[in-house]
Amino acid sequence: MFVRTLRYLFFNLLVRFVVLILLGLNVRHRERLPVTGPAIIVANHNSHLDTMVLMTLLPRRLLPRIRPVAAMDYFLKTRLLAWFALKIIGILPLQRGRSARGMDPFADIDRALARAEILILFPEGSRGEPEQLLEFKKGIAHLAQRHPEVPVTPLYLHGLGKALPRGEGLLVPFFCDVFVGDALIWEGSRSAYMQRLRSSIEALAAEGQFPAWE
Amino acid sequence: MTFAGLTPNMLGALATLFLLLLVASGVLFLLKRRDPQRDFGELELRIRSWWVMVCIFSAAMLLSRNISLAFFGFISFLALKEYLSIIPTRRADRRVLFWAYLAVPLQYYWIGIGWYGLFIIFIPVYMFLFLPLRMVIIGETRSFLTAAGTLHWGLMTTVFSISHVAYLLVLPADVNPAAGGAGLVLYLVFLTQSNDISQYIWGKRFGRNKIIPKVSPNKTWEGFLGGLATTTLLAMLLAPLLTPLDTKWALLAGLIIAAGGFVGDVTISALKRDIGVKDSGSLLPGHGGILDRIDSLTYTAPLFFHFVYYLHY
Repeated sequence: MFVRTLRYLFFNLLVRFVVLILLGLNVRHRERLPVTGPAIIVANHNSHLDTMVLMTLLPRRLLPRIRPVAAMDYFLKTRLLAWFALKIIGILPLQRGRSARGMDPFADIDRALARAEILILFPEGSRGEPEQLLEFKKGIAHLAQRHPEVPVTPLYLHGLGKALPRGEGLLVPFFCDVFVGDALIWEGSRSAYMQRLRSSIEALAAEGQFPAWE
Repeated sequence: MTFAGLTPNMLGALATLFLLLLVASGVLFLLKRRDPQRDFGELELRIRSWWVMVCIFSAAMLLSRNISLAFFGFISFLALKEYLSIIPTRRADRRVLFWAYLAVPLQYYWIGIGWYGLFIIFIPVYMFLFLPLRMVIIGETRSFLTAAGTLHWGLMTTVFSISHVAYLLVLPADVNPAAGGAGLVLYLVFLTQSNDISQYIWGKRFGRNKIIPKVSPNKTWEGFLGGLATTTLLAMLLAPLLTPLDTKWALLAGLIIAAGGFVGDVTISALKRDIGVKDSGSLLPGHGGILDRIDSLTYTAPLFFHFVYYLHY
């Protein structure tokens, strides 16, 4: 109960203040966002703020259901960070790289989707260089194959890597763009799926016109 | 007690603003009834945004002087953020931009304590000298001039210029018994915004001869002069209610606001054209971004401020 209240306050006061007042969002095609779980949101990743933005984007009532899928090795490093990541942010920890033999790396995700939760996934796997799109990891195609009925909504974020890039602790305000794409449908081939996901996010990126940042 | 020391004239003027909005909404309603086929979406959004802006503006003016100052500070912050989000910036300058943002609360703090001397030189002198120094410490020389120049231009327009509106609030009230500093703010902001609207309407109705087609193809001489006449007339009518200006000086104030407003508008147009964007943002549905709304004010605020300051304070 205490933790739930803390999480509610964290997101509705602090995160909303940072995301909506300090930064400010320009959202295109908001109507394409999922309105209920189970669902998967897939976005490009440049900043810790990405997760915060995605979590304020969905209606408040869905907050208890949102689970950002995040790297176990990074977020469970110290006890304090692990508590914060698991209890306040509500991450679903995922093992990066190869998992142990006989272990199903997606078991937790399957269970979360069965509970009608909304997962946030960053297929680039890490934040990388600010405002550059890395190669996508293929796990998302496996997931789509296992759960063809779950809508996967691609999303393009711009500006958050400028506001708080990797390795920086100081937030510098910028208006940020969030372009939501149409949900992808599973059509039977993993490589074609990855292709479509990537071109969908690239098409969203091409909708915007972004100033140089070098 | 009157709210935040606002005079009856001021309250009457604010009430009139709401009346004008009601009229606008009423006219829109009738237009829609008369011509249900036509799409009034853009106009509807515009009027709705006006409602929001007038409500927030009035609330800020009614609550207290410091809240009004914070309100204008917040406008400067939003405008600076919008500016820095649409122009190219250098990665190396993240921390420099952070310092530029810090200029906003400081500039409005000088206003709050009524320190005119620092208010007037803080950005043109001290920020102008400090930000390039901060850039040099980081050490990136590629595009140094562009970075330093664009950053300072942004600070001057969005913070220094706009903060002149706020300084009107802290001018001694006894000079303007009719409506105090708040009256001057309302006079300036109302005339600037109504000048935009009347230039637009005159241009739409009678516009023929383009005035600066390369920058703003929709601006015409007819719109400019029609707006100038309307604004000057309004300026003379409103002056005794809201300002210490007598009729001949009010005439000049009207000319300054109309001409300054036009220049501010086209300067931001030139900026947007240079960058290649249509709107500076999407904060105000139907209007665009905050810069699109306060573009004229970036010229009228300092011009009008120094005009009354020289004459009366």
